Formats: sequence, structure tokens, C-alpha cells
Amino acid sequence: MATDRRQNIQLTPDGRLRHFLTIEGLSRELLTHILDIAESFAALPGRPVKKVPALRGRIITNLFFENSTRTRTTFELAAKRLSADVLNFNVSTSATAKGETLLDTLRNIEAMHSEMFVVRHSQSGAAHFIARHAAPGVSVINAGDGRHAHPTQAMLDMFTIRRHKGDFTPLRVAIVGDILHSRVARSQILALNTLGVTEVRVVGPRTLIPTEARALGVHVYHDLDEGLRDVDVVIMLRLQKERMDGALLPSESEYFRLYGLTNKRLEAAKPDAIVMHPGPMNRGVEMDSEVADGPRSVILQQVSYGIAVRMAVMSLCMQTHAEEREEA
Amino acid sequence: MNISILNGRLIDPANGIDDFLDLHIQGQQVLAVGTAPEGFEAQETIDASGCIVCPGLVDIAASLRDPGPGRIDLASETAAAARGGITTLVCTPDTQPVIDTPAVIELIHRTARKLRRTRVLVAAALTQELDGQQLANMAALARAGAVALSNARRPLANTLVERRALEYAATFGLTVMLRPEDPHLRAGGCAHEGAVATRLGLPGIPSCAETVAVARDLALAEHTGARVHFHALSTAGAAGQLREAQAAKLAVSADVAAHQLHLTEMDIEGFDANCHVSPPLRTLADREALRQAVADGTIAAICSDHQPHELDAKEAPFPETAPGISGLETLLALTLRLVDEGVLSLTEAIARVTCGPADLLGLPYGRLGAGSPADVCIFEPDTPWTLRRSALYSEGRNTPFEGWEFEDQVTHTLFNGRVVYRRDARNPA
Repeated sequence: MATDRRQNIQLTPDGRLRHFLTIEGLSRELLTHILDIAESFAALPGRPVKKVPALRGRIITNLFFENSTRTRTTFELAAKRLSADVLNFNVSTSATAKGETLLDTLRNIEAMHSEMFVVRHSQSGAAHFIARHAAPGVSVINAGDGRHAHPTQAMLDMFTIRRHKGDFTPLRVAIVGDILHSRVARSQILALNTLGVTEVRVVGPRTLIPTEARALGVHVYHDLDEGLRDVDVVIMLRLQKERMDGALLPSESEYFRLYGLTNKRLEAAKPDAIVMHPGPMNRGVEMDSEVADGPRSVILQQVSYGIAVRMAVMSLCMQTHAEEREEA
Repeated sequence: MNISILNGRLIDPANGIDDFLDLHIQGQQVLAVGTAPEGFEAQETIDASGCIVCPGLVDIAASLRDPGPGRIDLASETAAAARGGITTLVCTPDTQPVIDTPAVIELIHRTARKLRRTRVLVAAALTQELDGQQLANMAALARAGAVALSNARRPLANTLVERRALEYAATFGLTVMLRPEDPHLRAGGCAHEGAVATRLGLPGIPSCAETVAVARDLALAEHTGARVHFHALSTAGAAGQLREAQAAKLAVSADVAAHQLHLTEMDIEGFDANCHVSPPLRTLADREALRQAVADGTIAAICSDHQPHELDAKEAPFPETAPGISGLETLLALTLRLVDEGVLSLTEAIARVTCGPADLLGLPYGRLGAGSPADVCIFEPDTPWTLRRSALYSEGRNTPFEGWEFEDQVTHTLFNGRVVYRRDARNPA
């Protein structure tokens, strides 16, 4: 049987991080280690501009098959803080449009001696595919693949939660909205459960919750007030406009009425509950502005923590490869 | 040429034979089973000691890609079939051009006759260009030799077209092979809508995409009186629907792809594109129900559902890869594995890949009585071998069974009285 495919290709045999493709299969210790390293980088923005020389002379390539200015920018900033050189490829607008296959694109960029690919792609499994075909010594970081995973986003969310709540174990977390199509939710659920929270809930209409959601390790709620009761963390997901077309939802207004977060509805949660959103946010669809801009919202902190977390992941992967080179 | 196959254990389910009997072949036909007739002289004798001698396999659904572009063609795929013990292939109409004219049927027949490795029969298109709109010229296709009609893997979205197609086919007593799948429920899916696809974020194909289609097809079969065969069932639900319909004396039958009886949704773990198939690999419960349906005869045929692909078809992120498995060379091995796993008796297993599929289409193959075409498969049990992708005869190397160990090895395949595959020969005949 294809056992080789089931092994966690993102880890070395002794459990060090080689690629960062998904939270699945990573230990609590490793996730905590990533958060600890991120913590050491996160102190930087307060000081005068300071770079760490960790990745000086290394080339990191942002390989984006799907547009995302925000994610790409934070990866680019993270790479530059680590003193790496950054190449940006927006492949959706260049090579593949001319019929070049994904593998051809990969080989071409490898020829430029890039040692790390930060990949975003519209298809689930794309980052695994690239990692499997990348030359030895090249790391792949998943910046979002289809509906599958967005592990750095999940880790910056964990970072945010840890900064505000400290210990994960007593927490109840509600993730609200389009779970079905959300790679962010999948990675968050895995990370929260690995870090040992008390409960992860998903809240939404049946059309936006996978039929096998329970297999992800969550409790399913269809009523927002019930789903928010006594939670410590509320994560609102972005609702893509095209969900109205596929007969998944009747209208934005009905969605907001049922699942939109307002100060009134937030009263069901714990008094010190925090509100998060991976962005970009649709005000008045997922969330009322009074919540987004209110005292419970940590949405802007999430964005700034993103750089530290990505620095942590990049430096860890590069370190593994450096060690492997030395051992070899 | 006269050939005698001696000392083997002959299993011919159609004739209820499982005994140590010799088989004597004269020209293209079986002359006698058991003692050679007076005066018969064999030019060649095959010593089948320790081997099982059975009818050549009948595979009722294989995509052979010929005519069509690329390296996969009748030459490569019939060689693969011969190696797999298959002597009758029913080719699906999804060629380029589509098999919707008598000329394409004649082309395939002529090429196959020249190659002389295996019999290639044709399931012709049910609708022109497989477009699901315009009926194909079914009577002309049948006259040209089509043994069934099929829309390949393109389900009919329009129920009125399906009704008309079944009615028209029934006019001429033609069997219609349907791949039951509701295209709307399939949506953009590429894996079973279950726990694994949910975790991997792969767009799902729900079980009801199949059961809704089976329910619709059964209602139309009953209404039109057409002879309907379901190709490649994948769900427990569909197996149950079929069992009930057969109990109600509806003339419906089904096959299942051999891989569907061994793999499940768990095998796509790690985004293994070789396990990207259509219909998708489903749950363990589905697999058990399909095995049960094969055991009790509800599903009378196991097919290869051969979908050979060039290398790059599987070299992409999972959802973008072409679905399908190159299955000709694993059909027998996977079927016999069901014997080891206690699902089928050896006779039942052989029946599901010989007379079972032949009878569904009213074909006189898959049996070894005197006067039958001399299509024979000889295999040696308890002879472990490991499947290597690189060693396949098929030009489609897309198999998830790389590294699997199988117990039974084909030693000879005879088609129309000629040895077309010999394990111990360097080159196939």
C-alpha cells in the first residue's frame, strides 16, 4: 500500500520540521515550540528596526497561484526580518496561463536556487504535491491550499489566543460561519485540539458545515446563541460572496440575522471572551462594526502577530535543512 | 494448431466443473474436456501441474483510448489484458473520436483482429459525442457489432433524454450500461464526502449522488422495459437498491470495479492521486456491502474499470488529477484475493470475472465446454509476486497497488486457441 504517502512528509524521521504543510500530525510540543520562538520574535516590532541575520543569503520564493496581498505581504516581511532575499511569483497571472504545468514552474524556480517556497494554491493538496516533488533541501510552507489547510494562519491565531488567555486547556472556542469551504477553520480546529482546549464548537447552517464535521473533533451548533454560550474565544470566518450563488445561503441579510455577531449576541459568551477574524472582514455580514472595533476584538493584533509566527516557522524549517546538510 | 493442457485443476463455473481434467483444443475451439478423443494429436502440450485452468477472463468495462492521441493504444492495452488473463474486453465509447459511428467500431475490430491478443468488443455511445442530448444511431451501431450502449463516464443529466434513450435501445433489445451518478450532486467533487475528504478539504461526492441516480434509473428501467446494467457501483445504498429491484424481477444487473472491493476512502490519505477514482473510494461499510453483494450474486461481475493515463495526468494536486486506475493487470489478482480474504469461493471468484460478465451481455464467452472458443487462463496459486508499476505492460502506470503482494500468477493465456501470453517467455506472443 502507499504507506510512503501516509508518513508525515513535513517531519524528519526524528520529528524536526522540514516543511510546514498542515497542523495534522504535529505534536503539542512542536506547536508550543513554534509559539515560543514566535514570542521571541514578536518583541521586535516595538524596538527600532532590527533584523535577525538568521537567513542571510537565503532565497525565499513566494509562489502564489491565488491572489492574496495580505498573506503574501506578511510572509515577505517575515522573510526580510530574517534577512532573506525574497522572490515573488504570482503564477495565476503568468506561467500556468500559458500552459506551463505546476511541476515545470517548480523546476524553473528551483533553478534559481531558492531554498524555500511559500505556496498558495486553489486546490487542496497542492502544498503536499509540491513538497513531494521539491528537491531535497527545499522547504515548502503552505500559505493556504484549497479548503485543506492554512497552518500559519492557525498558528498566529493560537499565538493571539495564548497572548490573551495564557493556558489553552480550560478554553471553549466557537468558530462561526462557513466551515465547509474554510482551510483556516480546518487548521484552527486541529491546532486547538492538539493544544488541548476543552471544547471546539463550529456554528453555522447545515449547508456550510461538512456532514462529517464531528470527525474533525468538534461539537456542531446551528444556533448562534447556543453556540456562543460561555465560550472564551469567538472566531468569525469570512463569508465568500459566491456562496449565495451555489444555493448554500438565501441572502447576506438572512445570514447576518442568524449568524452575524453583534454586541447583544456576544453577551452569551464569557464576559472576557475575545473576538477574532482571519480577515478580510465583511462588516455587516459576519460581524457588526461595533464588535469589530470594540474592546473584545483582537483582529488587528492577529495581523501583527502574523509576522512573528511566520518568522518562527520559516527559521525552524531552514534550521532543519541546515542541520541535515551538516549531518550529510 | 492442436493444444492439450494437461494435469491442471480445471474450474469452469458455467459448466459446474472443478476437477483435475485435461483440456484439448483444436484450432480455435475447445474440442474436449477430460480424455482426448481418439486420434487427437496435440502439437503442443502445456503442463499445468499445480495450476488452475479456467476460462479466459471477460472484462466488461475498460477504457482503451484507441482511437485517440498518446501512447496508450490497443497494442499496449491488449498486451496488458493478455498478461492479466483477460481474453474478452468490452471497450467503453470514450475514445477520440467517440464510438458513435459504425466506422469507429470497424476500426477497433480490425485493429484488434490484427493484434490477435484478446477479443475487443465495443460498448458504443448511447448519445452522439456522449453529449447526453442527441441519441446515437443505435441500430446501426448494433449492426456493426456493438454489444451494449453506454454513455461512458458522462452521466445523462436530462431524464427525458434518458427515458428516450432507454426506450429506443429497448426497441432493439440492446443492453444499456449506465454509470449511475447525479452530476449536480457530484458538483465539483473528487473524493467520497466522508471523514477523510472533510479533513483533507477535498470537495466531496456524496453517496446520494449514486443512490439518487440508481433510483431514477431503476424507475426508468421499469417504465421503459429496457435492459439496464449498472457499471461501477460504489455504495452500500446502491447495492441494496439493486437487490430489491432484482427481487422485484426487474431485468437489471451490475458490476463493480475490482479496486472498489479492496480500497477505501482511507487510501486517499496524503493526497495519493493514484487513489483518485470515479466513482470515489468510499467507506469501509460500503466496501463490505459491495463484497456482500458480489458474494450473493447481486453484483454478478467484477470489472477492471481500466482507466490508463499518461504519467502527467496524475502529476498535479489531487483534485486536478485525472481519475482512474490502470486495472487490467490486477483484475484477476484482486479478485482472487477475495478468496484469500474469505469473501468468495474460488469458483465464485472465477465466475465473477468469466461467465458472470459474459452472461450479463449474452456473450458466448467465459466458459470452456466442447465447442466454446478456446479462451483459457492458466494461473499458478501460492506463487507470490509483487506488483511493480514499472513492470506493467499497460502504458498506463497509474496504479495504487505498487508494492502489493499477490498470491496468484498467470502462467499462460490462450485466446482463440493461440497462446498469447506465457509467463516464462521473454516476450509475449
